[in-house]
Amino acid sequence: MAQGNSEIKYLTPIAVDTKKKKYCRFKKNRIKYIDYKDADFLLKFVNEQGKLLPRRITGTSTKYQKKVAQAVKRARHISLMPYVADLLK
Amino acid sequence: MHSILYYSLIINKFIMNQYETVFILTPVLSDEQMKEAVKKYQDFLTDNGAEIVHEEHWGMRKLAYAIQKKSTGFYHLIEFKAEGGLIAELEVQYKRDERMLRFLTVKLDKHAVAYNEKKRRKAKDASKEKAEA
Repeated sequence: MAQGNSEIKYLTPIAVDTKKKKYCRFKKNRIKYIDYKDADFLLKFVNEQGKLLPRRITGTSTKYQKKVAQAVKRARHISLMPYVADLLK
Repeated sequence: MHSILYYSLIINKFIMNQYETVFILTPVLSDEQMKEAVKKYQDFLTDNGAEIVHEEHWGMRKLAYAIQKKSTGFYHLIEFKAEGGLIAELEVQYKRDERMLRFLTVKLDKHAVAYNEKKRRKAKDASKEKAEA
């Protein structure tokens, strides 16, 4: 009976490319130095186990990812951040 | 021409870099002992030709993980200008000190120096506003 209606029609086009483009927050905000003493800020770059998040998740550029990693490691050394944790956030 | 080159070599030899050192002292010390320990390092730096730019005492802080079975410690930060050779000597002093739980010395690049200066200026302005209000 309704065989001619097999083709689905949408009123509005389906959103395919609405994924927000990631960007490097250091480049965007022109931050040149990442402070290892600011543990609250560095918390954004680790998961709840205290492990560093990969670039593909945070969107940080290579240049600054290196600096983030360095800062996190320094913060861990002087016990501002844990080496191992669970439920950090 | 040669004399210029020679002169620049001499200058380079005594180039002063800016460093920042953070150390954690054991919490078992009394207030006086702690001040004495801090003073020892201040004197060590100034006696060896370093110039202290800034200092911060964070006081007793909770550690993120236990160090030598201690869960707290006195944090102290010194920012100074010195020749590179002094750092190794400073760290030897740290290692010999039993009151020391942890230390970290880093060289500051120009961005770090700018960042620290900006932070200090901001803190100064904030305190000024507070005083006025």
